[in-house]
Formats: sequence, C-alpha cells, structure tokens
Amino acid sequence: MAQEGTPVSRRLSTVKNIIIVLSGKGGVGKSSVSTQLALNLHASSPTARVGILDVDLTGPSIPRMLGVDGQGVHQSSDGWVPVYADGSAARLACMSVGFLLKNKGDSVVWRGPKKNGMIRQFLSDVRWGDLDYLVIDTPPGTSDEHLSLLEHMAPIHSRLSAVIVTTPQAVALMDAMKCLSFTRAVNLPVLGLIENMSGYVCPCCGEISNVFSTGGGEEMARKEGLTFLGSLPVDTELVTLLDGGSPEGGESGELVTRYPDTPSAKLFKGILDVILRRLAEAPSS
Amino acid sequence: MIAVQPPADVPNPLSIPVNAPEHCPGTESELAGKSDACNGCANQETCASNIPKGPDPALPLITERMSNVKRKILVLSGKGGVGKSTFTAQLGWAFAADDRTQVGIMDVDICGPSIPTILGIANEQVHSSSSGWSPVFVQDNFAVMSVGFMLPSSRDAVMWRGPKKNGLISQFLKDVDWGDLDYLVVDTPPGTSDEHLSIVQYLKESGIDGAVVITTPQEVALQDVRREINFCRKVGIKVLGLVENMSGFVCPSCKTESQIFKPSTGGAAQLAKDMGVELLGAVPLDPRIGKSADYGVSFLDEYPDSPASTAYLDIIDRIKEKLGD
Repeated sequence: MAQEGTPVSRRLSTVKNIIIVLSGKGGVGKSSVSTQLALNLHASSPTARVGILDVDLTGPSIPRMLGVDGQGVHQSSDGWVPVYADGSAARLACMSVGFLLKNKGDSVVWRGPKKNGMIRQFLSDVRWGDLDYLVIDTPPGTSDEHLSLLEHMAPIHSRLSAVIVTTPQAVALMDAMKCLSFTRAVNLPVLGLIENMSGYVCPCCGEISNVFSTGGGEEMARKEGLTFLGSLPVDTELVTLLDGGSPEGGESGELVTRYPDTPSAKLFKGILDVILRRLAEAPSS
Repeated sequence: MIAVQPPADVPNPLSIPVNAPEHCPGTESELAGKSDACNGCANQETCASNIPKGPDPALPLITERMSNVKRKILVLSGKGGVGKSTFTAQLGWAFAADDRTQVGIMDVDICGPSIPTILGIANEQVHSSSSGWSPVFVQDNFAVMSVGFMLPSSRDAVMWRGPKKNGLISQFLKDVDWGDLDYLVVDTPPGTSDEHLSIVQYLKESGIDGAVVITTPQEVALQDVRREINFCRKVGIKVLGLVENMSGFVCPSCKTESQIFKPSTGGAAQLAKDMGVELLGAVPLDPRIGKSADYGVSFLDEYPDSPASTAYLDIIDRIKEKLGD
C-alpha cells in the first residue's frame, strides 16, 4: 500500500470507528437504527463527535429523520461541510444525497457507476473533522453501494464494523441471512444483530401484538453465533418524532433533546452498551 | 414458434464471469471506452469507437417473447419493506383465481428476492428446455421467475453490480418460457436504479400497461414514493394508482384502531392529490398478512372475510377496471 494512502483513507484518517448499518431487506428500520445509534453515541459522552453518512442514494431518509430536511451543503476550501443536526455544538455531523437535491420530490435515477462516484466523493470530500464514530446508513440489498463502500474503504478496513438490522418475520430474516453472508464474504466484522419492530403496544389497552411476529432475530443470532444486541418494539412516539421533520421555524437540534424521552431511547441504551463493549474488544489496528 | 437462441443454461449467479472490468462505466455512458478502467478491457475499442451504439441485441427477442403477454404491470415503491412483494403476490393470486387467466410474476429484486417464500415455492428450481427456462408454477395458470430459484442456498448473497443485474433481467424477459400470459406482474426492488431503468428499457417496445405504486402512511416513506412517481413520469410509465399499505392497525384484543405509522403529512391520500394520481385504496395492517407470507399461503384464500382481504380485492378490481379488463 502506498504510504500516502488514497484520498478516502487520508480523509478518514481522523475517524476512529466506522460502523456500517446493514440489512438485506428494505424498510426494516436501518435509517431509524442508524439515527438512534448516532444519537446514542452522541449522548454517550459530552465530547463525543459523531458523523452519519447516508449512502442510500435513491431513497435518502436520514435528513428527514434528523430533522434537517431541506438544508444544503456548503463547499469550503477543505471540502464539503456536513450539516450539523445538533445546532452550534456541531458534534453530530450528517451527509446525505438528500441535501444535494433541489426539490424533495426529485428522483435520483442512477445506475451503478454514478452511484459509485457519489459514494467516493462522500468518503473523500466531506470535511468530517475529528470523529469518534462514523455511522454509515446503507440502502437495502448487497449491491453497488455496498461493494463501492467496502472497496473505497479497503485501506482502513481495520476500523470498520457492521450492525445488521432485521425484523422478526421469516421473509426479512432470509434477507438478513444474505446480508450476513455478504459480511463474511468481504470479511467485515459484525458487532451484532438488532431485531426491530418486535411487537407493538396498543395505545388503548396496552396489549402487545406481534405485528411482524417475534423472536426470529434472536434465534438467528444464536444459530449463526452472532451477538444479539437487543430487540426494539414499534414505538409510535419515535416514529412520529423521526417522521416529523424540522419543526416550523424550529432550530435543528430539537431531536437531540427530545429523543431521550422516547421509550426506544431507554432500550437503545442497552444496545449501545453492548456495541461499545464489542468495539472495545475488537483488536485495534 | 418463437425463435430461440440455443437453449441457454440456467446460470449459477454466483459464478457468472464478468466480461467487463470492475469499474466499467457502462457501455451507454459517455465515458465508455475512455475511462481509466477501460484500458485493457476486451471491449474497449467497440465502446470507444464513435459508431452509434446499436440497440441491445436482446431487444427484438424480448419484444417477440413479450408479444404473447397481454398486460404488463409493474409494482413499484421507492421505499423498501412497504409490501411490494406481498401486494404482487396477492395480485397474482387474485388474477389466477380464474383458471382461464394465465398469470406470470417476475421478481427482479435480485439482491433480496422474497417472492418464492411468499408464494410458498422457495425450494423450487428452474429447469431449462429447448424453449427456454421453465418458470416455476404455483398452480397451472400461475408461473413465477425469481433469482431465488437459482441460488444453491437461500443464505447465499447475490453481490452484483448493475451490469450483471441488467443481464439477468434481460434473460428473464427473453429466455423464460412464459408462454401466453394474460398478466405479467413485475415485482421490483426499492429505489430508482439499475433494475428499474433496465426493465423500463427492455419493455419499452412491448409497452408497459402501468405501474402500481405502494406506500405506507408516514412521511419518510412518502418522500421516497414521491421520487418514484417522478421517476415514472420521467421515463413515461403510466401510474395506475397508489396503494396505502399498513394503514392503521386493529388491536386484536380491544378492537381499537390505531395508527402505527402515523400519516403526519396526510398519508397517501394527500400525496395522491398532490401528484395527481389515483388512490386505489388502503390496506390495514394485519399481522396475519405477514404470517401468511412467511408460510407461503394465500392470505386472500385463508382469511377471505378479513377487512384487509376486502381492501385488497377492491383495489385489484379497480386495477382491472383501469386496465379495461
């Protein structure tokens, strides 16, 4: 390997840990888990600096979830300036193709090579600065975006790890299994598995319904020798909070203060503890 | 008789050789033959020459094969996990309920094929014959093709970039012995990328009768669906209408309906109005739908009296009406 490294490895040399959030299936909550992971990492220490990169190019959801919908990216002499979701504290940086679109309805209709180029730019041209953690949210599947990500980050492979998200039903578990095969094929260490949408508490009577069945994620983790990080029920408060977008004339940063009050936040703390422990265990480069 | 090339072997998706280099910009690209990656590629000269690129040689074969298909319907959604495959399956079952109707489902979600599981044919395989690859039959009048039938094990991941996915989609259209079909329903992966562009391109000449767009009520999903409808407009596909899935949940214990995915921006109804497309209907969230999909049985047959079945059937009737059938 060249001593100078690639533009990507040079840019990401100031990033300590990179966590890629994966799932074979769409709509299982990758983006919501990525957002929660970033928020929890951000809250884990008063000085933690966290970045979140959305490489879902044809369906970017992160800007909406972080409440920074409609903001733009600025160019500086040292690269693109990410959007900060926590206002002036600037400890929670975010980058997504959503910031580059003029209208929210604009569709990005790109084939592989263009997506590849965009991802390379995201990795090499964004001025992240010093980061303790970079969370990368991916689109469903195991295709161009995923291969490009790993290819570009090959020089810093030792700092990469993955979290797999699934929902409990068999159809989703099958895709999660494919995703796990993918991580094995590319030699990407998996920190663990999260089961999302595991049960729904009726707001009227408190009865728990297993909307998408339950327990499948834990079972799969056990069979495959993965760490089971925990299960998250459907939390309408969280759905509403993440779906709400930026409040009227509100300031960005509201999410950071409101998120800890959701039921999911308490559950996610437990998940975060395991993730941090697993990160500490991993042999550092 | 259909003119068929020598019977193509059913490929093993994990071992198809790549004829193009890793960073191939694509033969249609302006950089074709000129990018760094092209140096040394066997096709560089052809790509770099200024001879206008001829149409894909597969196109006439596809058009011929598709001439026996009356209606071609795409099921789309920008967002994943909103129920595209489940809806596709119900559509298939509902059409096939009449045994004079010949139905085909083509699953172009290469990286996450769910159709085989949902239809209960996950362990089937594709066989090749002189007239092409035989699809897998759910029942006599209901044929299915998916990459899921070609994998040695359901655990295997298909790690393909665009050009290989496109190649397989073109083969699904030209090499599968679909026979005479009344309906071909195409289930797509989330997003607006290679698979979508390819299917539209390949079926351009044969004509796509329309697209059904699926969404869930929350804004995060609607955002992506708005993009998908714009995509349809860009490429000139008629949107038959919008279906709102997972719309409200009736607690089995207290029978109160609540909104799991709140329509914070007016849900599909508002989107339909804004975009000028028809809202075909809303299907409530019923845990038994997911369960039926996991077990590979038809929800419509198992629970014909549920509100979700009624909603599905109304939507399907409306689709038929819009198609003029």
